[in-house]
Amino acid sequence: MPVEAPPGDAPELEDTTEVATLGLEHQAERAKARQGFLLGLPTIVYLLIFFVAPLGFVVAYSFATRTSTGRTELRDFNLNAYARLGDDIIMTVAWRSLWMAVLATLICLVLAYPLAYFISTRSPAVRNMLLVAVMIPFWSNFLIRTYAWRVLLDSDGLVTQGLELLGLGDGRILFTSNAVILGLVYGYLPFMVLPLYAAIERVDWSLVEGARDLYASGWAAFRRVVWPLSRPGVIAGSMLVFVPSFGAYVTPAILGGNKEGLLGSYIVLQFLSARNGPVGSAVSVVVLGVMLVSTLIYFRAGGKNL
Amino acid sequence: MSKGVAKSTAEPQGASRWLLRGHSAAVFAFFYAPIVVLCVFSFNDSNAVGNWNGFTLDWYSDLFANDNIQSSIWVSVKVCVVSTLISVVLGTAGALALERFRWWGQKAFDAVLYLPIIIPDVTMAVMMLVFFSETASWFDWIPGVNLQNGLEKLVFSHVAFNISFVSVVVRARLANLDASMEEAAADLYANRWQAFRRVTLPQIMPGVIGGALLAVTISLDDVVVSSFVSAVGGTPLSVYVFGMLRKGVTPLVNSVSVVMLAASMAFVMASLVISRATGSEREER
Repeated sequence: MPVEAPPGDAPELEDTTEVATLGLEHQAERAKARQGFLLGLPTIVYLLIFFVAPLGFVVAYSFATRTSTGRTELRDFNLNAYARLGDDIIMTVAWRSLWMAVLATLICLVLAYPLAYFISTRSPAVRNMLLVAVMIPFWSNFLIRTYAWRVLLDSDGLVTQGLELLGLGDGRILFTSNAVILGLVYGYLPFMVLPLYAAIERVDWSLVEGARDLYASGWAAFRRVVWPLSRPGVIAGSMLVFVPSFGAYVTPAILGGNKEGLLGSYIVLQFLSARNGPVGSAVSVVVLGVMLVSTLIYFRAGGKNL
Repeated sequence: MSKGVAKSTAEPQGASRWLLRGHSAAVFAFFYAPIVVLCVFSFNDSNAVGNWNGFTLDWYSDLFANDNIQSSIWVSVKVCVVSTLISVVLGTAGALALERFRWWGQKAFDAVLYLPIIIPDVTMAVMMLVFFSETASWFDWIPGVNLQNGLEKLVFSHVAFNISFVSVVVRARLANLDASMEEAAADLYANRWQAFRRVTLPQIMPGVIGGALLAVTISLDDVVVSSFVSAVGGTPLSVYVFGMLRKGVTPLVNSVSVVMLAASMAFVMASLVISRATGSEREER
């Protein structure tokens, strides 16, 4: 607000026009707030019906009762589904999801950091071109990109043949956990590159120059200056790779066969074959919780600005 | 940007410089090699997929002769067009409401608007499945809506996640714009609608189109949510192909995949070009 009452003597304002202006401004502001709310209203209503309500139903399902016929009924709310989460079979899948997601995240970080560093040291024109080259796989069909690896890893695929030529075992990695990790890395690597680039590109290189002037080696300058400054990008990128990997379904379905299922596959199984809505929902709620915690970390790290 | 510091400070010297370049080239090869191999083998004149046996277009003509694929392409196109139109309108309105106004509850709306982007797609799929199975009867009230054939369910759920993607792209555009143009229009007695249509809309248009193209891509590419809500006989192409390729590698799957990937890449490139071209124009000024 442009009109500011001097502190202390606000109640005894003598200038009535100033009071009137304040009132008018206040009214105009409220009218504007109302307009903004009305403009957003259809979107709000849509998301309430088709996003928030469905979310509520899943949470409700996780406490609901499963009948003997496999139907889920919203009555007699209980914690049975959550008690099942400790079962060996679920814990096995959860641990596998966790270590695969962590490993995929670390590999992505190792692959992406030098690339992001390289891109941010190019001239603006080259930089833009390279960024587009990263973004095209980022947005294009995930399913088909994953399938492309199946073609390469097939029993007579190029990678399998190549590995056999090099004498590295029988070259069969399709339907193993290695294939799933490879698929996760391939699928989500661009999610790591982009925030890392955004963070590294922002580094004030005169600090590096200063470090070099003070006889820091190139490596020391990197470790003491660039790496700490780029850490928000590391956190943001790690979260963007970890969350979808943890709940992955498509990648293990195509590259892991049926043995290497992750939590996403387990949820699908509960809904589409086992017909156990409450357990499927409880696992979904847990995955959602992991996602929300990671997102909080992401915003803490300034991820929204990346 | 580079803050006027010699590039030599940023770029390592000697062997590590070439290591960095080699690594970057290798990662780009990693990005694109599988796609190239898939494309090449879709023209392979052999039932076995691994060995090159000469060039053929047979798999592409098979693809266009396959009725199931044809009908699922139509499902995809219908769902994509309708859901994109709705999500562009709702997403743009949401973006404007957040960027140009201050109102009560705005922060909560902002947070909810981000959720569909980061939520794992399996969770979103489960949400939609549970929601429609519980509320199917509610929708009978709406004339012309029939949840049985699945098309409406596909549209409703695609809109639910695409609103967020459209609004993110439009908001990025709005945040870079100068609001003073709109104020000037208001000073010249333009009403809100005129100011929007004549001043704001032309300026945010690249963002709106970029967001729309992104919505098209995401709608066409979505597998997980779609496979949970589509009805038998009304599956979109992505779901149909997912079913096919889980069974194994065949030349026909290769050719369908290449067509899908090409469509998806074309939309992505168009989206990037439109929203970035206008962005760099601003930087040059």
